[in-house]
Amino acid sequence: MAKQRAFDVTTLPGFTFIAILSFVLLYAPIATLVIYSFNGGNSVNQWGGFSLQWYVVAFNNEAVQDAAARSLIIAVWASVISTVLATMAALGTTRRGKFKGQTVIYIILNQPLMVPEIVTAVALLIFFSSVKVVTGYTGLGYLILAHSAFCIPFAYLPIKARLEGMDTAMETAAADLYATPWQTFRYVTLPLLLPGVIAGAMLAFIISLDNVIITEFVKSAGQDTLPTYMLGQLRRALTPEVNAISTALLALTVLILIVFVFVTKKRE
Amino acid sequence: MSQRRRQRTKGANGWLLSTPALILLVFAASGPLLIVAIYSVLEKGDYSGVRWILSGDGWFRVLFERDIFDQTVSLADANLSIFWRSVKLSVATTLITFALGLPTAWFIATRPAKVRAFWLFLITIPFWTNLLIRTFAIMEVVRNEGILNTALMNIGLISEPIQIMYTDTAVLIGMAYVYLPLMVLPLYAAIDRFDFRLIEAGYDLYASRWQVLRSVILPIIKPGIIAGSILVFIPSLGAYVTPRLLGGGKNMMIGNFIELQFGQGQNWPLGAALSTVLLLIVLVSLVVYTRVSSRDNPHG
Amino acid sequence: MKTYLLATAAVFGTAFGAMAEGELNLFNWGNYTSPELLEKFTEQTGITVTVTDYDSNTTALTKVEAGASGFDLVVPSANYIPVYVRKGLLTELDHSRIPNITNIAPEWKDVPWDPMRAHSVPWQWGSVGIAVNTKVYSGDPNTSELFLDPPEELVGKINIVPEMNDVLNMAIFNAGGEACTEDLTILKTVRDRLMAAKPKWLSMDYGTTDKLSSGDYAASVNWNGSTMRARINNPDVVYGYPKEGYPLFMDSVALLADAKNVDEAYQFINFILEPENAAMISSFARYANGVAGSEEFMPEDMKTAPEIVTPAEFAAAGKFLPTCDQSAVDLYTAIWTELLK
Repeated sequence: MAKQRAFDVTTLPGFTFIAILSFVLLYAPIATLVIYSFNGGNSVNQWGGFSLQWYVVAFNNEAVQDAAARSLIIAVWASVISTVLATMAALGTTRRGKFKGQTVIYIILNQPLMVPEIVTAVALLIFFSSVKVVTGYTGLGYLILAHSAFCIPFAYLPIKARLEGMDTAMETAAADLYATPWQTFRYVTLPLLLPGVIAGAMLAFIISLDNVIITEFVKSAGQDTLPTYMLGQLRRALTPEVNAISTALLALTVLILIVFVFVTKKRE
Repeated sequence: MSQRRRQRTKGANGWLLSTPALILLVFAASGPLLIVAIYSVLEKGDYSGVRWILSGDGWFRVLFERDIFDQTVSLADANLSIFWRSVKLSVATTLITFALGLPTAWFIATRPAKVRAFWLFLITIPFWTNLLIRTFAIMEVVRNEGILNTALMNIGLISEPIQIMYTDTAVLIGMAYVYLPLMVLPLYAAIDRFDFRLIEAGYDLYASRWQVLRSVILPIIKPGIIAGSILVFIPSLGAYVTPRLLGGGKNMMIGNFIELQFGQGQNWPLGAALSTVLLLIVLVSLVVYTRVSSRDNPHG
Repeated sequence: MKTYLLATAAVFGTAFGAMAEGELNLFNWGNYTSPELLEKFTEQTGITVTVTDYDSNTTALTKVEAGASGFDLVVPSANYIPVYVRKGLLTELDHSRIPNITNIAPEWKDVPWDPMRAHSVPWQWGSVGIAVNTKVYSGDPNTSELFLDPPEELVGKINIVPEMNDVLNMAIFNAGGEACTEDLTILKTVRDRLMAAKPKWLSMDYGTTDKLSSGDYAASVNWNGSTMRARINNPDVVYGYPKEGYPLFMDSVALLADAKNVDEAYQFINFILEPENAAMISSFARYANGVAGSEEFMPEDMKTAPEIVTPAEFAAAGKFLPTCDQSAVDLYTAIWTELLK
C-alpha cells in the first residue's frame, strides 16, 4: 500500500518537522511548569532539588482549600444541571425531521460557544448585580447558574452525537410492548445513551472547572474559585505553589480525559 | 405500524423538552446581552453604574473623543488603535497557528490508525487544559528570568535578558500558544476525511508537491481551514486573560479595554457599547463563515 | 452512581460545614493583610475571615457600589472615605461597640476625611514614592522626573502602580499644582507629560513587591511599605521621596452598609485596634499604623527603615490627598483612562 512505497503521497516536505516542533512547543512549557512544581527551592526557574514542599504548602493554604472546594461544588452542580438540561434538549431536537424554530433553538443552545466570554461576563455582571440588590441573595447560586448555562453546549454536543448514531428500533419495540414513554426512556433510551451523557457531563465538568473570566466578573465576596485565585496570584507573585496547583488541576483534567476516551471508545 | 407509534411518542411538540435548557440560556447568557445593549444608550453614573436617562454618549465615545481641555471633537484614535491592535494580533495569531497547525493536523491524520488516537490525545490535552495554566506556562518562558532568556544567556547568545514580557510580542506568543489546539482539531477533522488517492492522481499528472498542496489539498480541506480560523480568531479578538497577564496592563486588547470601562474607567455605557461592537464583529465573522462554508460544501 | 452521589454529598458537606461558625468578608488591597493576624483572630473568636483582593480604590468602589457585593469590611484610602459616605455605602460606627477606639493615636482621632472617626478606623498609612534598583540606575531617586521622563537606564524598565490619584497627583505636584486642582493648564501639562512618558514605561501593574525583589522591575512608582519589603529581599532597591511633592495616604477600615456579619465586623475592628495586633499588621505589610502603643511590638528593623522614617529634608513634600469634587474626579478619570488605553 501507499505506506510501503518509497514515495509516500501522505508526506509533504517539512510537515513532519513542523508537526514535531509544534508538539515540543506545546509541551515544553507545560513540562517545565510541572517539573518546577517539584522544586525544592523558592524559585519558579532555579532548581533546588526534588521536593513535594509546594504541594504541602498549597494543600495547607486555606485560601487554596476553599477555592478548590468551591470550584468542585460549582463544577459538580453545573455539570449535573447542564447535562440534565442538555439531555432533554438533545432528545427534543434530535432524530426528528426539520421543525419550526429549529435554527433559533440551535443558535440559543450553542450561543455560549459563539459570544466572546468577556461580553457574557460583562452582561452577567450588570444583570446579576441588579438581581443581587433586589433579592439580597449573594450565594454561589449565581456562579452555578452562569456555569450551567455556558456548559450546556459542551454537554449537548456529545449527547446529540450519540443520539444521532442510535437506532430507534429498540425504542419502537419497547413501545410496541406497551411500555410507557417514561419506561421506554428509563429502560431503553437512557442506558443506550449513557456513554454520551457521561461524556457530556465530563466535558461540562472540565469547562466549569477551568472558567476564569465569567467567574471573575460574577463572583461575590469570598467566592474565589481555583482559577480566579490563581489569576490573582499570577498578577502578583510567582512561587512554585502556583505550579503545584496548576499541576494538580492538570492531572485532574488528564484523568478525566482518559476516562472520557475510555467511555466514548466503548460505543464503537 | 410502528411508525405511527413512534409518531405518538415523539409528537410534534417533542422540542418542548429543550425548553428548560433554553430558559436557562436565555436567563443566564442570551438575555443579559440585551441588557448590555440597553446600558449602552444610558447616561453614565458617578464612579460607576448608570443613570436611567437616554444618552448617545456611550456610542459617541466609541468612535469620537472630546478633548478634555479644549472640548474639540476628534476621531477616537486611541480606541481605534486598540481595536486595530486586537484585530492585527488576532489575525497574526490565526496565521501563526495555521502555519504550525496545518502540518501538525496533517501529521496526525497520516499516522497509522493504531497510533493516531495517541497523537490526537496529545493535542486534546492542551485543548482542555485550563487557559490560565497555559498562559502561566508561557509566562515562565518569556519572562526576563524565564527559560528562554536564561537559555540564551547560558549559551552566550545574549548578555542581557531580552525584554519580551509586557510587549505585544509576548501577547502574540501567548495567544498563538494558547489557541494552537483550536486550529489543529478542525483541520484534523477535515484532513481525516480526505481521500489521499487525489494526491496520487495529482502526482500522476506531474504536479509538484507545492502544486498538489495548493491546488488539491488546500481547496478540499478549506472548510476545516475556515472553521479553525474562526475558532482561533474569535477567542483571540475577545481575549482577556492572556493580554492581561502578558501585556502588563499597558498593552490592551478590546477585552481589557471593555473591562477597564467597568473598573477604573468608570464608564459603563461606553463599556456596554464596546461590548456590543465586539459582539457585532463576531456575529459578522460567523455569518461570513456560514455563508462561505455552505457555499463550498452544499451537503454539510 | 450511588457512590458518585455519596462523593458529591461529601464534597458539599465539608464545604458548607466549614461555614457553620461566624464568618467575615474583608475586601482589602492585595498583599496587605497579615495572615498571622487573621489566624490569631480566628483562634480568639472562632470567626473565619475571607479576604478578597483589589488593586485600586476605583475597582473596590465599583464592586461595592454595584450592590450586594457580600463584603462586610472595606479599606478605602482617606480621599475615598467621603465618597463612600456620600453614596450611603457605609454604616456609621457605633463607638460603644469598639472599646479599643481610644487606642487610636491622637493625631488620627479626628481627621478631615472622617470627622470624629464616625465611619472608619486606621489600618495603615504611608507614602507614595519611587522605588529604584540601584544596580540599574544609580542617580538621585528623590524626584518624580524618574517616571515622568525616565533616564536612559530606566527606559522600558519602570512600572507604574495603577492607582489613579497617587500617580496623577504626583504628576500634578511635579507641575507645581495642588491636589485636586482643576487648573486646566496644569492638567494639560500633566496629561501631555504622562502620555509622552508612557511609551517609556514597562507596565502599569501591581504586584510590585515581588517584581522589584526579583528584578522584573528596575524601578516603580510604589508605596513605601511595599518598597521596604522588596528591599529586604533585594538590598539594591532604594526608596525615593520625590522632592517636587508626593502623596501620603491612610487606608482605613470601614463597615459597609449592606454588611451581613456586623457583629463579627465589630469584633474585627476592635481586634485590630489592640496595639499588639496593629503591630502585626505593620510587620507584615511594612507600613505605619495609627494605633498608639503599637511601637513596642513593632519589628526592630522598621524603627530605622529609610522607607518608614521619612528624612527631615523630604518630610514637608508629603501631602495628604483631599477628596476632590466630582468635576475634578471626572477630569482625572478622563486623563487616567486616556493614559491606560
